[in-house]
Amino acid sequence: MEAVDGNAIGGLLHEVFGTEMTDAASVCGSCGAARPVAELVVYLRAPGTVVRCRSCESVLMVFVTIHDRTCVDLLGLAALG
Amino acid sequence: MSPVSRGFHRRRQDPPEDAGRVPPGQYVTKDFPVLSAGPTPHTALDQWTFSIGRLGQQKTWSWTEFRALPAQDVTVDIHCVTKWSKLDTAWQGVSVDTLLDLAGHDGPFAMAHCDGGYTTNVPVADLTGGKAWVAYAYDGQPLAPEHGGPARLLVPHLYFWKSAKWVRSLELRDTNDPGFWENYGYHIYGDPWREQRYAGD
Amino acid sequence: MAGTALRGRLTWQVAKVSAVTVETASVRTLTLDVPHWPGHRAGQHLDIRLTDEDGYVAERSYSIASAPGEPVAITVERLDDGEVSPYLTDELRAGDDLELRGPIGGYFVWEPENGGPLLLLAGGSGIVPLRSILRHRERTGSAVPVRLLYSSRTLNDVIYRAELDQPASGVEVIHTLTRSQPPDWSGYARRVDAALLAEVAWTAAAMPLAYVCGPTSFVEAVSQALVQSGYPPQRVKTERFGATGGA
Repeated sequence: MEAVDGNAIGGLLHEVFGTEMTDAASVCGSCGAARPVAELVVYLRAPGTVVRCRSCESVLMVFVTIHDRTCVDLLGLAALG
Repeated sequence: MSPVSRGFHRRRQDPPEDAGRVPPGQYVTKDFPVLSAGPTPHTALDQWTFSIGRLGQQKTWSWTEFRALPAQDVTVDIHCVTKWSKLDTAWQGVSVDTLLDLAGHDGPFAMAHCDGGYTTNVPVADLTGGKAWVAYAYDGQPLAPEHGGPARLLVPHLYFWKSAKWVRSLELRDTNDPGFWENYGYHIYGDPWREQRYAGD
Repeated sequence: MAGTALRGRLTWQVAKVSAVTVETASVRTLTLDVPHWPGHRAGQHLDIRLTDEDGYVAERSYSIASAPGEPVAITVERLDDGEVSPYLTDELRAGDDLELRGPIGGYFVWEPENGGPLLLLAGGSGIVPLRSILRHRERTGSAVPVRLLYSSRTLNDVIYRAELDQPASGVEVIHTLTRSQPPDWSGYARRVDAALLAEVAWTAAAMPLAYVCGPTSFVEAVSQALVQSGYPPQRVKTERFGATGGA
């Protein structure tokens, strides 16, 4: 299953953050790489949605939908927005 | 409540003769879907090792040594937490019983560590007694990288996220620490017959 | 429960399919009548949600094919092993309901004031959001020069072919057919590579703005080649559709 990018989770991000996020700035907490959310690497078909840094592959965000509630973990990011 | 989409059906339902083999909430597929949380690692076989045991006391094999261990052919049903099940999948690999015997010690819990950083936790009691393997061939062919090759853990009685792809070690521990998906809310044990998909199920 | 699309809120709402247009043997454009559509920008997409009688839900995203101000339309390619796309291309008919939310996207969008020259690079169904950009450019009377490089398997796979054969003033369309070509074909006949781009793309010195869309492997190869040829990374916008360009 090939990866896509942050464009593919625009709707999910809007649902979670309440606003358009694909053009928001992201900073990787591991390597410091800065790029728009749209350019992050996204794995959609897993038990959850995993978003990774395009430079160092570290996990930046994980979204899991558990019984109709979406849980989001952003611990891999140094900054977002 | 969303409106029903006229004429839309999920994938074809199972024929009734499979019914007893399919855990609750699952559907049978003939495909072998590839799910991944990250890029496919590519480890050269001359760099590959597999280790088992407590940290600092692990027994390690090179690829050549690992392939020389007694292996088994097994045919099992597998069940993914994303609701697909695949029946009669054929694997070849080394039983974890064999690996633990050769390692010479044990512990109550194991954490699988994999190329790419994926982890998952399994009680040792669920890895022994002929219930788990480190598998390097699927359907008579070397295990493809997209399906976890060179080798993956195979624990078919639990949801397939526990059958960690690209496995490199089974670290024995005294505590049942959560692995990657368990940390994000998936069930610490993952029994498909009790539909233990998420923590608290 | 009706979803009221307040500006800024993204809520699911039920639209009606008003028309189904055949683009190619495997591609359809669905024109939609969306009761609470707030308008959209060229390059944005929407999410659709299908629910079966057992309550099973499937969601997918599709780029909007129409320009701002035109009726909302999406173009869908049928994937043989797809769960959703065959339903959208083969089953859905005018008068059916389709649950959707949108518009979505703030990165892969173009307005005339973003300028150019524009380099649009499409792999397969990646043409869809770029077609919205082209139509928006024409409807606003923008004079920004455009080169569209469009990679398809065969001539019969070219989406919006008639429209692209009559491009607006200032738009150049270059096709490449990667799998097979008609006997009299004099155009490119291979996957987009650095040499092809060197012949077709605006030079970096022209300060172009590039939009690359299609399967992930196409987008990676093309965007890397552009950056290597001197395009600043922030002037190369990318949208990856996954291995098969859709759902």
